[in-house]
Amino acid sequence: MPLLKLSMLSGLLLLGICMGCFIGAANISIDEIAFFVFTNEGSTSVIWEYRIPRALLAIGVGAGLGVAGALTQGVFRNPLASPDLMGVSAGAGLAATSVVLFYPESSNEFLMIAAIFGGFVGAGAIIILAQLFSAQTVQFALIGVALSAFLASCIDFLVMTHPGEINAAMIWLTGSLWGRGWEHIPYLWGSLLVFLLIALMITWKMEAISLGDEAAVSLGIKPQQFRLFTLGIVVILSSLSISVCGTMSFVGLLAPHVARLMFRSNFRVIVLASALIGGLLVLMADLLARGIQPPLEIPAGIMTSLIGAPYFIFLLQRGKV
Amino acid sequence: MMLSAKNLTVGYGDRTILNDLSIDIPSNKVTAFIGPNGCGKSTLLKTLSRVIQPKHGSIELDGKSFQHYSEKQLAKKISLLPQVLHAPEGMTVRKLVTLGRTPYLSFLGRLSEVDHEHVTNAIKNAGVEAIADHFVDALSGGQRQRVWIAMILAQDTPIVMLDEPTTYLDLSHQVALMQLIRAMNNQGKTVVTVLHDLNQACRYCDHLIVMKDGKVITQGMPEAVMNRSLLKSVFDLDAEIFQDPIAQSPMCVSLF
Repeated sequence: MPLLKLSMLSGLLLLGICMGCFIGAANISIDEIAFFVFTNEGSTSVIWEYRIPRALLAIGVGAGLGVAGALTQGVFRNPLASPDLMGVSAGAGLAATSVVLFYPESSNEFLMIAAIFGGFVGAGAIIILAQLFSAQTVQFALIGVALSAFLASCIDFLVMTHPGEINAAMIWLTGSLWGRGWEHIPYLWGSLLVFLLIALMITWKMEAISLGDEAAVSLGIKPQQFRLFTLGIVVILSSLSISVCGTMSFVGLLAPHVARLMFRSNFRVIVLASALIGGLLVLMADLLARGIQPPLEIPAGIMTSLIGAPYFIFLLQRGKV
Repeated sequence: MMLSAKNLTVGYGDRTILNDLSIDIPSNKVTAFIGPNGCGKSTLLKTLSRVIQPKHGSIELDGKSFQHYSEKQLAKKISLLPQVLHAPEGMTVRKLVTLGRTPYLSFLGRLSEVDHEHVTNAIKNAGVEAIADHFVDALSGGQRQRVWIAMILAQDTPIVMLDEPTTYLDLSHQVALMQLIRAMNNQGKTVVTVLHDLNQACRYCDHLIVMKDGKVITQGMPEAVMNRSLLKSVFDLDAEIFQDPIAQSPMCVSLF
């Protein structure tokens, strides 16, 4: 059964990629696309150079955030936990913004490393604060909200004080895939696949963690150590996504919830499904972002918020959170 | 399998709960920690099951300190039924019982034929076959407890710790649980449990360890331990001891 639903999700992703070939500032007809597919030439290089890589990036970014969200919620047994609330997103966003503003010439790789570093600092700060106040589930989420708001205001401050670079920096505030292409694919998809594989390999321990720390200890698992390890993967996956397209809010929070609604199943399936659903969310958001009013582009991050926030309230009202 | 604590000091922050406590747990018997609220009996059980780290002192298994064993090795020797059971959303009974095999799994967590056999037997012995494919979060408290016992059976440890297992159960489920505990003991397991109900402790346990203010006051067979002055001094309870007409064990009846 899970296999059927998982392949359905993959099918939707393929459909999304195909739709992505049509939608955008330049109008390209089906004939032209068919011509391109069969002869590999024509004006439609737009598709190969811009639209296909962009769809692949959207999927990669969303999948990374989805997996990061599923791992965070699982390891903290907290349905409100997400990379957004762990200080990871804001930390990585602040680091990326700083790099773009102060070293506009730096390479993608440097940006990525800076974002991961920022993500680790953000997550570290939350963990230290939570330890200081020996925070429980709700306090933990609140500390996350507070720290994320603080870091986000730092980003605002940087952007406002550097109006010359405001366009580039805006991307990290709202999340957009505009102007991203093949050059981002290798490292994003490479690390996504590596860390997804690691995540799938450790999910069986996550099941023991889900029974509570006392039970996990008596089953021979060290919860604290496991949590830190998993959080490391979360930071890397979400910071990578952020280094490509800025903060896509709600994806890391929502994807695992949707996955759990669709699959009442073991954690391995939830992680896989969160990857697919996250990918689908960002892909759809990006399609909407450039399809609503071409040639004008709305940042995809705004779209994920527009879809995510009402859905999250729907979940709250159903008592699923 | 001999379990003993040597000079344990345990506390949270500045507060000391157990102070320089030493105790031997009798092998192959059912032992109950009893005592008034806040006497440290749950803390002692949690320390013996590695959930709480002692500040000083050591716990020894077969004469060797816990530090000589890996987490996995200890998880194959001592299992724990926590007081509060987290039931994860969307987990079936069978899956939960399978988690009892966690310490036996290798790097990737693949279950062997032997693991499956243990799971099947545990489900049968705990009497949860009929609900094996149900979701744990949809079960009643009594059923949930049974399912967790099945998980502990699958873990296949010579020592089993139970933290107030009867607290949230109705009377008939309490009795069923105590019989399950006796059955585990008959298979040679050492059982250690925290109990609130003195009569239950007297009736179903072989050995009582009576605690107050973080210290062991006395220990021994229920018949040897239970008397009026102990009830007065430890529990501040005026009570008479009778003989249980069915089990012949001591039975406390409060005077007021």
